Amino acid sequence: MATTDTAAKPGLLAGIRGTGAYHKLLAFSGLIALVAVFSLASRNFMQTSNVLAILQATSVNGVLAIAATLVIITGGIDLSVGTLMTFCAVIAGVVLTFWGLPLPLGLLAAIAAGTASGLVSGTIIAKLRVPPFITTLGMMLILKGLSLVISGTKPIYFNATPGFNQISLGSLFGSIVPALPLPNGVLILFAVALVASFVLSRTALGRYAFAMGSNEEAVRLSGVNVDRWKIAVYASAGAVCGIAGILIASRLNSAQPALGQGYELEAIAAVVIGGTSLSGGRGTVLGTLIGALIISVLANGLRILSVAQEWQTVVTGTIIILAVYADILRRRRL
Amino acid sequence: MLRRTLLAAVGALSLLAAIPGAQAQEYDIALISKGFQHQFWQAVKAGADKAATEFGAKVTFEGPDTEAQVDRQLDMLSAALARKPSAIGFAALDSQAAIPLLQQAKDGGIPVVAFDSGVDSDIPLTTATTDNVAAAALAADKMAELIGDAGKVAVVAHDQTSRTGIDRVNGFVNRMKEAHPNIEVVSVQYGGGDQLQSTEITKSILLANPDLKGIFGANEGSAIGVINGKKELNSSIVVIGYDSGAAQKAAIMDGSMAGAITQNPIGIGYETVRAAIAALKGETLPPVIDTGFYYYDKTNIDAPEIAAVLYD
Repeated sequence: MATTDTAAKPGLLAGIRGTGAYHKLLAFSGLIALVAVFSLASRNFMQTSNVLAILQATSVNGVLAIAATLVIITGGIDLSVGTLMTFCAVIAGVVLTFWGLPLPLGLLAAIAAGTASGLVSGTIIAKLRVPPFITTLGMMLILKGLSLVISGTKPIYFNATPGFNQISLGSLFGSIVPALPLPNGVLILFAVALVASFVLSRTALGRYAFAMGSNEEAVRLSGVNVDRWKIAVYASAGAVCGIAGILIASRLNSAQPALGQGYELEAIAAVVIGGTSLSGGRGTVLGTLIGALIISVLANGLRILSVAQEWQTVVTGTIIILAVYADILRRRRL
Repeated sequence: MLRRTLLAAVGALSLLAAIPGAQAQEYDIALISKGFQHQFWQAVKAGADKAATEFGAKVTFEGPDTEAQVDRQLDMLSAALARKPSAIGFAALDSQAAIPLLQQAKDGGIPVVAFDSGVDSDIPLTTATTDNVAAAALAADKMAELIGDAGKVAVVAHDQTSRTGIDRVNGFVNRMKEAHPNIEVVSVQYGGGDQLQSTEITKSILLANPDLKGIFGANEGSAIGVINGKKELNSSIVVIGYDSGAAQKAAIMDGSMAGAITQNPIGIGYETVRAAIAALKGETLPPVIDTGFYYYDKTNIDAPEIAAVLYD
């Protein structure tokens, strides 16, 4: 615990990243163990098409979990990621299907909508001092309602925008390596992860995010404009949700306005399995990515083994607790 | 040490969970449904299990937590495809989203049978479903009969995005317009099939329309919500429900609900599996298998043909 208390001192930032790396190893070995068990249990698990299906299933939750990671590192929480994703998808639908504007404008609009919503949440949290849990709970409901209002509670289909579903389902990678048609959605997930990882480890935004999560008061007293950086973090997370909105809309070739609630919890589960602390100040994007993979490998593997759905949820819940408990044990021994 | 123990525990748990599905039988049929927890879907599952025992097949049944989670349903479908089942039964949440995966099933020679809700594609060999428009029209006729063919009525439905939501609302409203011109549908509201939300909606409709004669609850959750709202306001309106379940059956017995439309969920599950097996044996199937519906009330709730399709 001493690490988090004093992490605001610049010299300890390296140490934080160090423990993160250690945790990644742990989460990673958990992932490998799951893959090994499922591969042994069913020969249908380790096929190219199934591995691609698992990655495809991870793409949306992975991107949402990265958005949640950014916020959780500051010691905050974002419960609105799921419905914000839907809201951004609906905005893309309005621009592309209702207004018939060209594809790039639709994508920009989705990301802009996400950023704007993040700015609103961030401002309410930083300036009005409403706790993040309450603010984003409110935003979750506001965005859910707005999505339904704007779409007229009907799915908006992208049939008039040819190629829209290729954003997620197409495979640029497969046109180079035909044997491995990695869906573009997965490439986008990896790209988002790389950028987020870079931002967290190499930019001022990242440094202040970790510092705020460790000891916000100390950062404030050292003369940093905490409010501004906090708003920037929520806005960045919002932009990432915009990308998730594009991914899911493209995959379904429609914006489904009623979808989204509940997705925030799965994203947060991926974040904590990946070793990011809910109390802030510690976490990595790679860990989150592995956490998201663990969730989808588990879901897919249990289905391949024809495990009854009731038991699938019991096993998933157990794994979440085990993963976090393993982290606590390791920390205690350090 | 501890870490290793934990990992071993994780492994053991997964292996343990794997055992029930390990044996292979003659046919392996994967049913991907629109839901799982609702009693309605559990009744569909019961019908599928019944056919599975009868025809010696292995059947799995899965569905997302809510009927909004289109992408989760696609993940379930792609995992089912990876399992290489003999056939697939599919109840689409969205009429288009699953088409690429269904194409994959077709290319892999896996026959697909749609149930409950169809898809905009000719890949499914048949669709085992209720004629929801006709069923809701029957509810409208019964409502008209009970309120003396005149006055104001309202509808509380689950959603306006799914096929069943659209068909039931249209079936009811259009039948009133065509056959019962003295009846006015003053309000159609949506409560997501959630009992509590539907209760609140019902109360607001009743408070806004003191002269209301009746409400049609378009699915199980909506109908229970209507009953709750009616009881909380001590209203005496005529309520017609949809589907069954313990709460709705009790409401019909104590008179707070006049009657309800029941689909045949057990039949839907049974016919889906039977059609899948028929397809595997190379038989030709009709484009739609109508699984039927009934109106039931206090007088016929115990009749054998009704009791057989009601569920708790």
